[in-house]
Amino acid sequence: MMRLPTFSYCAPDTAEEIAHILAEEGPAAQIVAGGTDLYPNMKRRQVEPKTVVSLARARALRGIEWRDDGSLRLGTSEPLRALERDPRLQSTLPALHQSVLSISTPVLRNMGTIGGNLCLDTRCQYLNQNFEWRRTINHCLKCSGDTCWTAPGSPKCWAVNSSDSVPVMIAMGAKLLLQGAAGRREVTAAEFFDVTDGREWIRRQPDEVMTDIVIPSQEGTRSVYLKLRRRDAYDFPVLGVAARITMDGDLVSDARIVLNAVGPAPVRCTEAEQALIGYRLNAETIGEAGNLSRRGAKPLDNTDYMPNYRKKMVPVFVRRALAALA
Amino acid sequence: MTKRKIQMMLSVNGEDHDVSFLPHRTLLEVLREDMQLTGTKHGCELGECGTCTVLVDGEPALSCLVLGLECAGKDIQTVEGLGTAGGPHPLQKRFAELNAAQCGYCTPGILMAAQSILTKDPTPDRETLREELAGNLCRCTGYLRIYEAIEMAAEDMQHGS
Ligand SMILES: Cc1cc2nc3c(=O)[nH]c(=O)nc-3n(C[C@H](O)[C@H](O)[C@H](O)COP(=O)(O)OP(=O)(O)OC[C@H]3O[C@@H](n4cnc5c(N)ncnc54)[C@H](O)[C@@H]3O)c2cc1C
Ligand code: FES
Ligand code: FES
Repeated sequence: MMRLPTFSYCAPDTAEEIAHILAEEGPAAQIVAGGTDLYPNMKRRQVEPKTVVSLARARALRGIEWRDDGSLRLGTSEPLRALERDPRLQSTLPALHQSVLSISTPVLRNMGTIGGNLCLDTRCQYLNQNFEWRRTINHCLKCSGDTCWTAPGSPKCWAVNSSDSVPVMIAMGAKLLLQGAAGRREVTAAEFFDVTDGREWIRRQPDEVMTDIVIPSQEGTRSVYLKLRRRDAYDFPVLGVAARITMDGDLVSDARIVLNAVGPAPVRCTEAEQALIGYRLNAETIGEAGNLSRRGAKPLDNTDYMPNYRKKMVPVFVRRALAALA
Repeated sequence: MTKRKIQMMLSVNGEDHDVSFLPHRTLLEVLREDMQLTGTKHGCELGECGTCTVLVDGEPALSCLVLGLECAGKDIQTVEGLGTAGGPHPLQKRFAELNAAQCGYCTPGILMAAQSILTKDPTPDRETLREELAGNLCRCTGYLRIYEAIEMAAEDMQHGS
């Protein structure tokens, strides 16, 4: 049996209490929402928290609320299935809907939450293995070893951000609210995932719990999410592309193209975006944006599929995404 | 906060059970090892195979990734509650008739997932079944008989047989 290591457990009623316990326990505590990422990682002994702090009883972390200004507030412990079934989300935020539908399986989406998906631990072929397997390679930089086996000369960990919803949240300009022991703060999704090392995949302080996600009104924009994976039934992405276009008449007035699952952090394709702004969205501009998108992505050999293939697929998927919005 | 054994009531298949276990025990371990309800199978134990599927308050959940203690006050349904040898559930009857279970390892999980699909949608089409059962792996049957058995059971249940 793959058993969980032992831990103490608590399920506070409020975000403030959660933050206080996290502050007291420090990094020895782990937040659990749906547990569909944390528990497998604990069973493989990648993470061994002394205390597990569950969000299950904190009611303020629930809710899908549409506001008058067209923005959407999501409680972080809302299960993915609830998002998937929200008719307004499906019609007004298609990219988010597509990304949520592409996560794991229906049963896992009953359990897994949107907050857990945003905070999903980074993944790597040298990491997501059981303890015995990892021992034979003397462990890795992210988990009690001193070498990153993906890039042995590198001082950094190259585990991959494999969340499907992260690139969409960045493309949509989502804001994230965090509760810490000293108070609340707000960050943009772009800032929260602006990291360079797979060991620190989100810019969260140890005492912070993410409470809300606020997605501004997407009126006047078109968006899409595409995902490359081996099996369509379910699989983590080995490339995720979120694209959002705003048009002013026939011309593109704003463009956002965000890749994920190509490294420890999502990648914004700024050059490709700039090449679109002020132009029509046609075969020529889409082709050019595709070519430029290749620059930011440097997938390494630590996920399914060969890195060269994944890199070649970046412009292909960016072109497909833009074509879907044209 | 507790690292000691917890004593609690667990409602399984409509009956309350007095159980005591450590906080890190999964629902799967509590069912199989503390309550000897071994109908629920364990496969990958990492959320990848679906054989451990049970219903928690009517919704399918992977018991290998749910803590036992989080099920206090919830209604757990396992395959033991689905039917009996003498009075099988229409799903079990059709699975047996069609050989939709070969080695049978995936069967309890698929039966529970199928039961929850049918309560929400009594006449699911093939695409719905394929989607909803995406996380329930079967390495023997090739799935076709499983889908057919569920469709036939759905019909039986519509006609009240
Ligand atoms: C078989 C399988 C397939 C999967 N496929 C995919 C896939 O295709 N795409 C994908 O994106 N994911 C996939 N997942 C991963 C996972 O199921 C989802 O990402 C899910 O949304 C995680 O949510 P959770 O609530 O279960 O997270 P948890 O496991 O509870 O938490 C995940 C991480 O986030 C932290 N956390 C959770 N909530 C908060 C919060 N509010 N504030 C701060 N930190 C928090 C936890 O401490 C933990 O580190 C898969 C998992 C499995 C087992
Ligand atoms: S044993 Fe739970 S999903 Fe495989
Ligand atoms: S019958 Fe053998 S795994 Fe499904």
